[in-house]
Amino acid sequence: MSLLEGKKVIIIGDRDGIPGDAIAECATSAGAEVIYSSTECFV
Amino acid sequence: MDLENQKRVKEFTEEYGPENIVVLLGAAEGEASGLAAETVTAGDPTFAGPLTGVSLGLKVYHICEPEIKELIDEAVYDEQVSMMEMVLDVDDIVSEMTAIRDEFCKY
Amino acid sequence: MNSVVKGTGYILVHTPDMIIRNGTTQTTEMIVNPGSEYLKELPNHIRTYEQAVNYYPNQTYIGNMTPAELAAIPTPWYDKPMENAPRYGKFGEIMPEAEFYLLMQTCDVFDLMRLHKDFVAAHIEAFKANEIIDETIVARVHAGVEQDEIEHFVNDEHAEGIYYNDKLVGYLKRAHDVDVNLSAHVMLENIVSKASSVLATLYAVKNAGINKEDVDYIIDCCEEACGDMNQRGGGNFAKATAEIAGLVNASGSDVRGFCAGPAHAIVDAASLVKSGAFKCVIVSAGGCTAKLGMNGKDHVKKGLPILEDVLGGFAIVITENDGESAEINLDILGKHSVGTGSAPQKVISALVTSGLEKAGLKITDIDKYSPEMQNPDVTVPAGAGDVPLGNYKMIAALAVKNGEIDKKELATFPAKHGMMGWAPTQGHIPSGVPYIGFAREEIMRGEIKKAMIIGKGSLFLGRMTNLFDGMSFVMQTNTSAEAQQAAGVSEDEVKVLIGKALKEFAANLIAE
Repeated sequence: MSLLEGKKVIIIGDRDGIPGDAIAECATSAGAEVIYSSTECFV
Repeated sequence: MDLENQKRVKEFTEEYGPENIVVLLGAAEGEASGLAAETVTAGDPTFAGPLTGVSLGLKVYHICEPEIKELIDEAVYDEQVSMMEMVLDVDDIVSEMTAIRDEFCKY
Repeated sequence: MNSVVKGTGYILVHTPDMIIRNGTTQTTEMIVNPGSEYLKELPNHIRTYEQAVNYYPNQTYIGNMTPAELAAIPTPWYDKPMENAPRYGKFGEIMPEAEFYLLMQTCDVFDLMRLHKDFVAAHIEAFKANEIIDETIVARVHAGVEQDEIEHFVNDEHAEGIYYNDKLVGYLKRAHDVDVNLSAHVMLENIVSKASSVLATLYAVKNAGINKEDVDYIIDCCEEACGDMNQRGGGNFAKATAEIAGLVNASGSDVRGFCAGPAHAIVDAASLVKSGAFKCVIVSAGGCTAKLGMNGKDHVKKGLPILEDVLGGFAIVITENDGESAEINLDILGKHSVGTGSAPQKVISALVTSGLEKAGLKITDIDKYSPEMQNPDVTVPAGAGDVPLGNYKMIAALAVKNGEIDKKELATFPAKHGMMGWAPTQGHIPSGVPYIGFAREEIMRGEIKKAMIIGKGSLFLGRMTNLFDGMSFVMQTNTSAEAQQAAGVSEDEVKVLIGKALKEFAANLIAE
């Protein structure tokens, strides 16, 4: 079974890594449902 | 991890069931990835947020880990992540994430 | 003609007591985990004023060493003190906490802040001895109050306590009994921002060699908001700062964009000057108490000192072209647009290459990039990585993708076109602007020709949008002589020609 397909995905992105929205695009393309996406900032 | 984010993770896990949830991270390096992964598996290691003492054991991956990357549409990954992948220390991230999953992931 | 950077001011304020009492990492911990190991351990990790002054990145910020000199010292820097480093630098100073409390009180126009009379007496001479603090500011110092009054306001009236060496020495009370926007907490953050902006502005005016009366307009680009319950972000810090700094002919306004605020504000200021609307505009910003000790938990856990122990401030004076200062070129602007998206490569392309392409330039035509100059001593142990280095690697990767450099040059690009970061993690403070003072000098000395200043902002933190933000502009060698030469005739020659034509015209009229 795929890790992402049909799963509910929670995204914790990083301003200086990969931001939440960019990860959401990826997850959606893999058939996951994004239920929450946020981006953290340490600076 | 930000307190509001911890709260949302907890609420969604209660709503959908921990077995149905995957957490994806975008942290800038290995240690930060590991801390975020620990928060959604073993509980908040900083003892500050709603996940303190709450062991959700969720499946958690960094977006740059190979098992996630291979599931993503290649063109989308290339457009959204590929250049940042060149900047990050992916090996370090993978080893931190694997260690946390091996120890705390329940699903 | 392009506007120029006429001068800059950069200041830091060492605020050990404010880390513990006003930094949000600490105040949050006091609420959620009041007996924590972190809070117990924290006081043992606070640096003395001398240690903060002797810190190489801080000495770089105020202009006593160049970014290149800093980069020559191996990291980490916190364990390599620069012995007997000076308080003052060519761009500004590192002010101690006690004197800053006096400056804060002089910036309070609503009788909200009072210090103990003995505290005022103990520090007023040092405050007066600072050449940048003029007599109009000194005249605003209140003689101080008794301890009873301080304790009354702190214990019974919701005032914020002002602490020095962990001892209560003053209060800052709320400006309204009900309005949370005028609470003691908000008023303290705002007065701190204003006071540090005033200090930076005073240095910028001095360093630019202009008169205070010459300033037409000031733009504040910090990340605070001032207003009341009916208009929460009404404003404005800019004019409030100008009033205390004595810029009597200035009007002003606030520009916001999280950490991208300064880049937006400088483009606005340069546009106002180039359009002819104003001749002299200052962009300024003060520091942020909330971010003090922001990554303190990681620093304490790793046995490091609390490195986020200073407030930052800066001010940039932008004037009409003087024929010699470094220019701001508004033809090479980069910006993050709504449709850009948040993929890191799209963000960096929008900020770096979109502007360059319009001007027909390559990535390698920019000698130095100043993206976000956060000090890696602070960010690496906190898990945020080396932020400037990350940006340089992205820019280098873009250059490889565009075929401008070979892949094997990736590793050398950061050192050649970049710098090590030296700015404190005060949000808008590190965002491109710390290099402007150095860039001006390096350009004027002919060491570099073009520098790109890049600001990036996390708009999504305000929960109004999920968008990112950013803005970039280029500083360059003064081109006014070239522009005149290209035009063929100088302004003086034009005047002579017009005069001659008028004389001939008059002669013809008389003859007729």
